[in-house]
Amino acid sequence: MSAPQPTHRDLSAGAPLWLLAELTYRCPLQCPYCSNPLDFAAHRNELTTAEWVETMRQARAMGAVQLGFSGGEPLVRDDLETLVAEARQLGFYTNLITSALGLDEARITALRDAGLDHIQISLQAGDAEVAAAVAGSPKAHARKLAMARAVKAAGYPMVLNVVLHRHNIDDLDAIIALCDDLGADAVELANCQMYGWAQLNRAGLLPSRAQLEAAEATTARWRERLAARGRDMRLLFVVPDYYAERPKACMGGWGAIFMTVAPDGAVLPCHSARELPMTFPNVRDQSLAAIWYDSDAFNRFRGEAWMPRPCRDCDERHQDYGGCRCQAYLLTGDPAATDPVCALSPQHALIEDAREEAERAGRGGGELVMRNRRESQVFCRE
Amino acid sequence: MNDASVYTLRPGWRLQWEQAQERHVLLYPEGMVQLNASAGAVLELLDGERDVGAVIAALRERFPEGEGLEDDVREFLAEALAQGWIREREAP
Ligand code: SF4
Ligand code: SF4
Repeated sequence: MSAPQPTHRDLSAGAPLWLLAELTYRCPLQCPYCSNPLDFAAHRNELTTAEWVETMRQARAMGAVQLGFSGGEPLVRDDLETLVAEARQLGFYTNLITSALGLDEARITALRDAGLDHIQISLQAGDAEVAAAVAGSPKAHARKLAMARAVKAAGYPMVLNVVLHRHNIDDLDAIIALCDDLGADAVELANCQMYGWAQLNRAGLLPSRAQLEAAEATTARWRERLAARGRDMRLLFVVPDYYAERPKACMGGWGAIFMTVAPDGAVLPCHSARELPMTFPNVRDQSLAAIWYDSDAFNRFRGEAWMPRPCRDCDERHQDYGGCRCQAYLLTGDPAATDPVCALSPQHALIEDAREEAERAGRGGGELVMRNRRESQVFCRE
Repeated sequence: MNDASVYTLRPGWRLQWEQAQERHVLLYPEGMVQLNASAGAVLELLDGERDVGAVIAALRERFPEGEGLEDDVREFLAEALAQGWIREREAP
């Protein structure tokens, strides 16, 4: 018998603060950068209303206070209002992360009555044509704009999220103007990170350095303009990992503050982790507390003992925890490797190659595989 | 800022006592500010009715010995305003 592994209780006393409830993988859109797993079509056995309520109750009892409802498209679940009401009752701050498809005035009112705190709507582009090409739906854009206005009118704080990539980043000026026009309180300009479908479509999505720099300049100009007008609209620009010198502190550390529950009840340290060659525990089999504190999966990358060189001896290891495990695995095949985004990683050349590829590719980039059930079947291992 | 100003939390933001953390937290879209005891005590009093003077009076009653309390409260509210946590209530 081997010595007992140190658990999270020994490594740090932290309880989870964030629960991301991925209610379903179903979605009417087909974004080619979707962070859902490639084989999402294999996971069809969604948690029931009662199972979600019990999951939320346990998470809240452990100390989680922020709750995100996402997916897929969470509005596909017709028990969403019930779940929101339960969550609010439990004391969660409730965020709905949605494409706005499936939303209408009646539902906005019902969600409001249920106690929903915040609705975040994703936009694909500044104009309908690019949006249609990106999301694989011709009518979605107009619908989103109408719903964004309705959400604002209902008195919600309005946060818009735009995923940036090589096909829409040059239109950033128009995108920000649109968000301003919609009355947004905050805009997340999130450069596409390369997981899930995005990694598959990387050649067609990664912007060139020149595109990225122009986008940063546009954002800075807008910040000045907004400030001059006294307009309070925060612009949060998230640089793509591939152009950073250091990796991000992914999820604030593995199993440190964040947990995702996938549609079928699998519990993950982040929404991409399902891609890792690991088995994740399920709320159908174990309590959340047992999973969070004692499972092999959640303890695997806690602390520092797992770290390879150069992270192990690096002064920055408490800032970035060695970067993202999913990225390390997707690029190197080893989930315990230093994130190649780091300039100190022995495999950093993988990132440099991808950047070079982005320089060479034309504006069109490669062909994009749309995220839908048919394409997903290809990745199902059954 | 004068003592007749009335401040409220930014719309959609919520102040809440978290037993697990043994402190007040300020919750907002996808985020949280963890407050120390005095910040929690001040924000708790912003009910949309009390003006700054009344907030100070209420705290004075609770902490009769508190030295420099008035200035601390005004300073904290100015900071909270700059951070965007609170807003001046629009005239009714
Ligand atoms: S990224 Fe697009 S396809 Fe994926 S869940 Fe969100 S809206 Fe649906
Ligand atoms: S070597 Fe590891 S710990 Fe150091 S900066 Fe790079 S990723 Fe972070």
